[in-house]
Amino acid sequence: MSTARRSLGAAGSVDTVVVGAGHSGLAMSRVLAAHGVEHLVLERGEVAHAWRHQRWDSLRLLTPNWQTRLPGQHYVGPDPDGYMTSAEVAAFIERYAKFIGAPVRTSTTVTSLRADDERYIVETDRGAWRCRAVVLAHGAHGVALVPELARRLPKSVRTLTAGEYRNAEDLDPGGVLVVGASATGLQLAEEIRRSGRSVTIAVGEHIRLPRLYRGRDIQWWLEAVGILDERFDQVEDLIRARRVPSPQLVGSPERRMLDLNALLALGVEVVGRLVGLDGNRLQFSGSLRNHCAMADLKLARLLERIDRWIEQHGASAIAPPERFGPTPVPAMPRLALDLARAPISTVLWATGFRADYSWLKVPVLDRRGRLRHDGGVIDSPGLYALGLSFMRRRKSSYIHGAEDDVRDLGTHLVEYLRQHKLRQPHPPARTTEHRTLPDALDLRPAAVRVH
Amino acid sequence: MNVSTIKVDNGVNVEALLGARAMLAEAPEGGRFQWRASCNWVRGTHSRSLVQGFYGLGAEQSHKQAFRFDVDHPQVFAAEDNGPTPVEYVAVALASCLTAGVAAVAQNRNIQLRSVEAIVEAGMDIQGILGVDSEVRNGFDGIKVTFRIDADATREEIAALVAQSQRRSAVFDILTNPTNVTVEVQ
Repeated sequence: MSTARRSLGAAGSVDTVVVGAGHSGLAMSRVLAAHGVEHLVLERGEVAHAWRHQRWDSLRLLTPNWQTRLPGQHYVGPDPDGYMTSAEVAAFIERYAKFIGAPVRTSTTVTSLRADDERYIVETDRGAWRCRAVVLAHGAHGVALVPELARRLPKSVRTLTAGEYRNAEDLDPGGVLVVGASATGLQLAEEIRRSGRSVTIAVGEHIRLPRLYRGRDIQWWLEAVGILDERFDQVEDLIRARRVPSPQLVGSPERRMLDLNALLALGVEVVGRLVGLDGNRLQFSGSLRNHCAMADLKLARLLERIDRWIEQHGASAIAPPERFGPTPVPAMPRLALDLARAPISTVLWATGFRADYSWLKVPVLDRRGRLRHDGGVIDSPGLYALGLSFMRRRKSSYIHGAEDDVRDLGTHLVEYLRQHKLRQPHPPARTTEHRTLPDALDLRPAAVRVH
Repeated sequence: MNVSTIKVDNGVNVEALLGARAMLAEAPEGGRFQWRASCNWVRGTHSRSLVQGFYGLGAEQSHKQAFRFDVDHPQVFAAEDNGPTPVEYVAVALASCLTAGVAAVAQNRNIQLRSVEAIVEAGMDIQGILGVDSEVRNGFDGIKVTFRIDADATREEIAALVAQSQRRSAVFDILTNPTNVTVEVQ
């Protein structure tokens, strides 16, 4: 069998390959099937792999259950205002894969993507596929962004990324420095502090949000006001918008608010952005006050916008406006931490991730290694991306953000395939070989067979 | 009053700045600048610095004229007070950098400024520089900047101007983050 797979070489051919069977790759599969596009979804592990293997134990979605939806499937359980655990997200996505009958090839790791005349070659550890279009739906979290100074930290300090962290019990008993103040950094700082460890959190630019505002989940307001639907081609400064860190939120059964104020109340020490390492001394920026002031101002502007929307729409039975006190920045935040003297045994990088593009052999990266794309249409005809930060809309990186993006990009892809019919028909030998292989047969989606 | 017809003019050429930003996105090497000053000792703690040439946008550049700065220490330090102290120049640099930023951001946000004043208070314990107590650092132990701004804007909009100015300020960054400094003798 494995010999047969390997002998596929460049013989396996399909119109479109989707890389990754997470929520966005599957949503795209559904759209492609609806358009009758022959395609395959290649998955290195199993469906929803990252949700099963690369999340810390206590993680829940930042979005409420009622908002967790994919084209054709939404939450139907008893707790629409709750937040799914990773296992529940994995089950939700797996149910979706079955529901749409997605042509998923599991345990198939894509090792490279290259262009070959008018087609692309997707090489995997189980043979290669020739195709005309490829959708990169492998997720934006392949590589942890860790500052360069991490390599120079003393050996006595254990470092791990948010992707490697599972729970506080796995950590050494000593103090922990959490670097980063997005949702991840705050959630981990809180959890580790509650385990009894001393925690310091290094804070740069951040987005402060209440969990509930005027009686409703903040995500309800962001959706209703239209903020989540703001488009990439309408926002004033897209580069900046794409760099905005994820908001300080936690999905908890009690729907609590998690901000720096909450961490300070738990006894977490808040310091500025980690900016240097001089010998054993970690150095923190003196800009903490301004970063907190900016977050407080942005929060106030957002709440004013929501209040205006409520006034204009005459929404009834809504709780009165609320304002949240400013972040109580310590008078003299610590500027340095001597690792030889401070009781810090762990540094936890909650500094974000980027997509892994190391396997792309098509020149589509800019000088900083970012994908060159226009709203997910990659700068190489027939290539598409999904799930990147603010890719087409502010919600693009959320599960519910996939629906509009796959509809737009699916339409674009179908049009591309229609306009770029290969000048040469497939060599008959290859087609025959492809069709006679059982592996290649069962990957045709139902929609194709019906036609 | 129809606000939209009033032309905001803070004397900042925002179009040129945004144009430069767009150009540098295409040709990032043009963004490499080098700033220079030369300093000659006069006598005692009195020195005179000159600033004229700098490098940027891929070429040698020059100010319209050479600027001269006398630097000294005050009489309470048993000096002749021929000019401000070096640390006061740092206070000047921070205040002027943030003020320029406020003007640029205000122009970009269509906010007319009428007056902007920044007061800088920088604390220091001179036991550090005198070597009395090795636990005391030489430099500032904290800097406070207080802005008084009169503008066609709400209090929150003004606070946001000042916040964004800090976010984009070179001197604010120089003072809040570490910088490698190399001093050599020829």
